[in-house]
Amino acid sequence: MADTPVDKELLVGEHTNASLDATIGDIVLNPATHNEPKVKTPIPGLFSSPWQIMFGIGFVFVNVLLLSITMLVWNGIGIWGNNQPVGWGFDIVNFVWWIGIGHAGTLISAVLLLLRQKWRNSINRMAEAMTIFAVMCAGLYPLLHTGRPWLAYWMFPYPNWLAMWPQFRSPLIWDVFAVSTYATVSILFWFVGLIPDFATLRDRAKSRFAQVAFGLVSLGWRGSAKHWYRYEHASIILAGLSTPLVLSVHTVVSFDFAMGIVPGWNVTIFPPYFVAGAVFAGFAMVLTFAIPLRKWYKLEGLITMKHIDWMAKVMLATGLIVFYGYFCEVFYAYYSGVPAETALLHNRIRILDAPYSWAFWVLILTNGLIPQLMWSPKLRRNLPVLFAVCTSVSIGMWFERYVIIPISLTRDYVPGAFGFYTPTLWDFAMFAGTIGLFLFLMFLFVRFLPLINIFEMKELLHQIEHDEKHSNGHAGNGKLVATTEESGQ
Amino acid sequence: MSHGRDTSPKPYGVVAEFDNADSLLEAAKKVREAGYRDMDAYTPLPVHGLTDVMEWQDDKLGWVVFFHGIGGFMLGYVLEWWTSNGPDISSTALQVNGLLPYPMNVGGKPEFSLPAFFPPAFELTILLAAFGAVFGMLAFNGLPKPHHPVLNATSMARASSDRYVLCVEATDPRYDEDEIYGFMQGLDALSVERVMTTEGY
Repeated sequence: MADTPVDKELLVGEHTNASLDATIGDIVLNPATHNEPKVKTPIPGLFSSPWQIMFGIGFVFVNVLLLSITMLVWNGIGIWGNNQPVGWGFDIVNFVWWIGIGHAGTLISAVLLLLRQKWRNSINRMAEAMTIFAVMCAGLYPLLHTGRPWLAYWMFPYPNWLAMWPQFRSPLIWDVFAVSTYATVSILFWFVGLIPDFATLRDRAKSRFAQVAFGLVSLGWRGSAKHWYRYEHASIILAGLSTPLVLSVHTVVSFDFAMGIVPGWNVTIFPPYFVAGAVFAGFAMVLTFAIPLRKWYKLEGLITMKHIDWMAKVMLATGLIVFYGYFCEVFYAYYSGVPAETALLHNRIRILDAPYSWAFWVLILTNGLIPQLMWSPKLRRNLPVLFAVCTSVSIGMWFERYVIIPISLTRDYVPGAFGFYTPTLWDFAMFAGTIGLFLFLMFLFVRFLPLINIFEMKELLHQIEHDEKHSNGHAGNGKLVATTEESGQ
Repeated sequence: MSHGRDTSPKPYGVVAEFDNADSLLEAAKKVREAGYRDMDAYTPLPVHGLTDVMEWQDDKLGWVVFFHGIGGFMLGYVLEWWTSNGPDISSTALQVNGLLPYPMNVGGKPEFSLPAFFPPAFELTILLAAFGAVFGMLAFNGLPKPHHPVLNATSMARASSDRYVLCVEATDPRYDEDEIYGFMQGLDALSVERVMTTEGY
């Protein structure tokens, strides 16, 4: 189908179908002997591998999360810092932050599939897993923010004794539909991608348990040509469905604010600016995981410097859109001539008399200025620098939501109702807890599921071999590769 | 059958094993040219052009997805319209308490607020279409199916890794096991084997 030659740099080293199975599959099937580097620890055997350490950290913070949920349900959401006039604090900030992180996964798996970008093949599985786990973390917040999470089903339309129905005009109900659809479709897409790989693991597994377990989840996949035909059909349709879906999800999330009358929220640029911010944050998070994982599991030949470089470029490009959004917010505040909007802007940015201006300037530094380092190809390919920039972006994107959500609420129209927002210990505990849950789930995923799409890597390998066979006398070859590289931005 | 299921082994087909996709395509072409119709190939990755060689096509899935999408969209808008200002059906044959519409006046907006009702309808369109795509694909493919007769072939053990397997099935009208066995041996295959089945095929 795709006649454009793919960039050979997307696969470094000698590979065959069998070696790809071994490199990727044995992380799951044979973790003790394969690819798990040992580090020295005080207690031999315990916490001796990066996986154990990261999983351990995740596990500890999952317990912090469980504790804070227990405290919250026992005491009510009064243990959080939310209070009039700030009804939306850390809970909604973290909700938006997590949802945003998930967006890179769908972008990589769906949009890049539609655009026939082969470089997605080695990162899509991991990014899709991140999507699902990030949406799980995100979903916890509005659920717990209701205060009575066991009544969450009230948000869905079902016949009930009160004869009440959801308020379908409300962006909050749109959120219920958007986020639940997003979670469901992401899981389906991810699972569909896993089916052939489960079959590979089933056939490769030595232990009876693994054979049966992977046999069950592979649904008896046997790689029939007719099945592949429908499978590819379904994949491209799912990609086509996921693309408008992913754009709609963060658009709807931004409507939660943009449709309100709070100064600083009522901004028309929110939908595109939120979507770009989501992709920006998501790519930063994909890189944050890809950089250590490729080293720990010796996947440098599959997730190559080319991938890293292109992801950094996507991050830079979306970061610039987000930065442009910040300028627009400032411009609107002045150009609209609405006193409340101007006052809100000053309340955000004036260093001397605005109590939260530090947060705005941290945001500009971490999200606006530091990512500009990515203009330099040398720094893009310097992994410690790149990792630091990605961390900075994650922090910056969190501050973006912090600046928009609680700080706009502290001072709206009536000066008599001005207030402050101070998060409590439990706000921080729950945030740390969801980060722990994310780590916990990610490393469970790394341990039990193939973290790179095996059959798509075989397709890439097949295509590179095919290109090589037919490249003799192909004059425009170099040019075509260059085009692929350009479109990678 | 009156005396239970016939469990005696019957031929399922003849399979040939190849070590790359191009040889498989070449072989499939020759088998098709020799006049065999009922065949399938088992590959670790989608090999493009294979179904064309087999002269097999099935595009029902697109329609399934399309109608699921339409259904989702209708479901969304009908639900929103009915809950806002539809008829009371709680006293009809359904006899379900709570099946009453609940008109809400929000800021003077119409009870049936077409633009504001779009997002839930859109999300339901995507949701149902995605269900159609995934479950439709699985249903047309006859999955889940833990065991299939072709898996009795030893060469299938590596068909999910680095082997490409071609199978001519016994349902083919021209099927003659010895003839096809001999034919496939002339196809540059790594191995050729007969597959038997005890399932009711």
